[in-house]
Amino acid sequence: MIAIPTLFVISFVIFAILDLAPSDPTGHLPMTVPSEVREKIRLSLGLGEAMHVRYYKWCIQFFVNEPLNILQQTLGVTIGDDENRTRILSWATRSPVVDLIVQRTPQTLWVVGLSYVLGTLMAIPIGIIQAYRQYSWFDQIGTFVAMIGFSVPTFFTGVVAIIIFSVQLEWLPMIYDTTVEVNSWQNFVLQFKQMIMPVMVLALWNAAQLSRFMRASILDNLNLDYVRTARSKGRNERAVLLIHVLRNSMIPVITLIALGIPHIFGGAIITEQIFRVNGLGQLLIIAIEGADIPTVQTLTFLFAILIVMFNLIADVLYGILDPRIRYD
Amino acid sequence: MTDVVKLGVAEGLSTVQRSLWGDVWRQFYKHKGAVVGVVVFVLIGLSVFFGPYLYDVDPNAIDFRARNLSPNFEHPLGTDNIGRDTMAAMLAGGQVSLAVGFLAMVIALLLGTLVGVLAGFIKALDSPLMRLTDLFLSLPLLPLLLVSIMLFRDPLRTLYGPENGIFILIVFMIGITSWMHTARIVRGDVLGIKEREFVLAAHSIGARRRKIIFRHILPNILSPIMVSATLGIANAIITESALSFLGLGFPPDFPTWGRLLYDGTKFIQITPSRVIWPGLFIALTVLSVNYIGDGLRDALDPRLRGR
Repeated sequence: MIAIPTLFVISFVIFAILDLAPSDPTGHLPMTVPSEVREKIRLSLGLGEAMHVRYYKWCIQFFVNEPLNILQQTLGVTIGDDENRTRILSWATRSPVVDLIVQRTPQTLWVVGLSYVLGTLMAIPIGIIQAYRQYSWFDQIGTFVAMIGFSVPTFFTGVVAIIIFSVQLEWLPMIYDTTVEVNSWQNFVLQFKQMIMPVMVLALWNAAQLSRFMRASILDNLNLDYVRTARSKGRNERAVLLIHVLRNSMIPVITLIALGIPHIFGGAIITEQIFRVNGLGQLLIIAIEGADIPTVQTLTFLFAILIVMFNLIADVLYGILDPRIRYD
Repeated sequence: MTDVVKLGVAEGLSTVQRSLWGDVWRQFYKHKGAVVGVVVFVLIGLSVFFGPYLYDVDPNAIDFRARNLSPNFEHPLGTDNIGRDTMAAMLAGGQVSLAVGFLAMVIALLLGTLVGVLAGFIKALDSPLMRLTDLFLSLPLLPLLLVSIMLFRDPLRTLYGPENGIFILIVFMIGITSWMHTARIVRGDVLGIKEREFVLAAHSIGARRRKIIFRHILPNILSPIMVSATLGIANAIITESALSFLGLGFPPDFPTWGRLLYDGTKFIQITPSRVIWPGLFIALTVLSVNYIGDGLRDALDPRLRGR
């Protein structure tokens, strides 16, 4: 329940940083624009009122009006006075910010989501084998590769991948083209080709991080008494490892996976920039460069909501998976 | 192994005296990755800070006749699209990148240790400080970093000049957004140590709180602090280059490794080496620092020692 006040504090922090910062939305207009016109522009952007009034208005727009609009669209019914409901408008495009976000989300979810799933699927078996055959050549190589994957930033691996596969070998396209619609086999191949690099770069990075935790978690469990008990009962090694050990080692790993989900959106900002995917991260960068405060505010706050929400989910998951926690 | 003192007793019976740091060093020395990490890191540091004295080419000197050159005798790493020497830019950029990493780590470490010790030692502050830490942990850091750099870049530029302004801003922002993990670890350790007998003994002979913190508690939590220092450097270098890579870090005429990488991506088809070098050095530095951290963690953990 601490989540709700936390969210309000965060939303206020973000609002305050953006508001108190000494920057003027009319600052980049030509010098020839007279000051009265500048003042009018500022008023039309809603900057005439005091800060707390604007914060209140923004809260109403974000927490009441936008959810109601989404409800309306999904249910197809009109709720209340939808004509006079104000929405958060982008300064750059004068269209509702939420609409922009809805346009951009699928690309991000496809690239980032798929890479996270793939990374997790790679990391779990690798971590299991590494821990089970500790200090074997597989473990040594795996640890080394994970260390590299963990240390080398995605904006380097991504660019190297572009140099190798797009510039030198010319196998894969350099830029992600969002206008491709998957309606024929050819377009499917095209879509598949352009997704390989961004997805794999991010997936390898995720896998490097997760496999380290997976290995450590299995190693923690492997020497415990219940494993010996299971072995002495005569269960075969496969069952001991995949049923007894894996289930217990997955508890911390699953919560980590949940905790990592919001952060991949942050990491996606960089990946989207490398491969020119027009997802949420790119929207944020464009908005920041154009000093489009409402868009930046909404997006940043949306990332914050995701973090708080997944923290909560991780806590609940931990309680469900590990009954010992609940009695603390 | 300078601290090994041999006490030759009769009949050749000898005892080897070992100090704590001697043990740490021996264990650290066994971790091959960490030793290689130290060597690589020292090499990079030396070449970046002393290299410009041996290779004194101005990184900002423009020579339009020598554009987009591949590596040759005059320009060991080639030149960029307006004929600036890549090697000189790499050395100058490395200084900035390493300085940012180091200073941001120091800020984060000081803040984290302060918050951690206060929260662990003073009960009344524990809950509010930990809520603050949680709050910082739930902020979306990269977007906030980008936003604050966009907002505060110009005023700081006018205050401290274009280069120093952005340097101060980036170091400060990275510092105050990466202290949380240190604070949590330090608080946990302080909570454990302050209940131990030697702290009680210090209390009972009338030692002041400040004395207890500096003499008895801080030395005992030095190892997690050192480990998070190495991780902090790695994190700060990556964050700085990510910011520069997104075009919101240092200005173009002020090279850092991240900025060079970002500028290089536009010419990826003509001179791919302009991307490779800065990226390789970021990766090598971070990798070596991470290995040092790994080795330190093992060396400072007494349970692993002597294996």
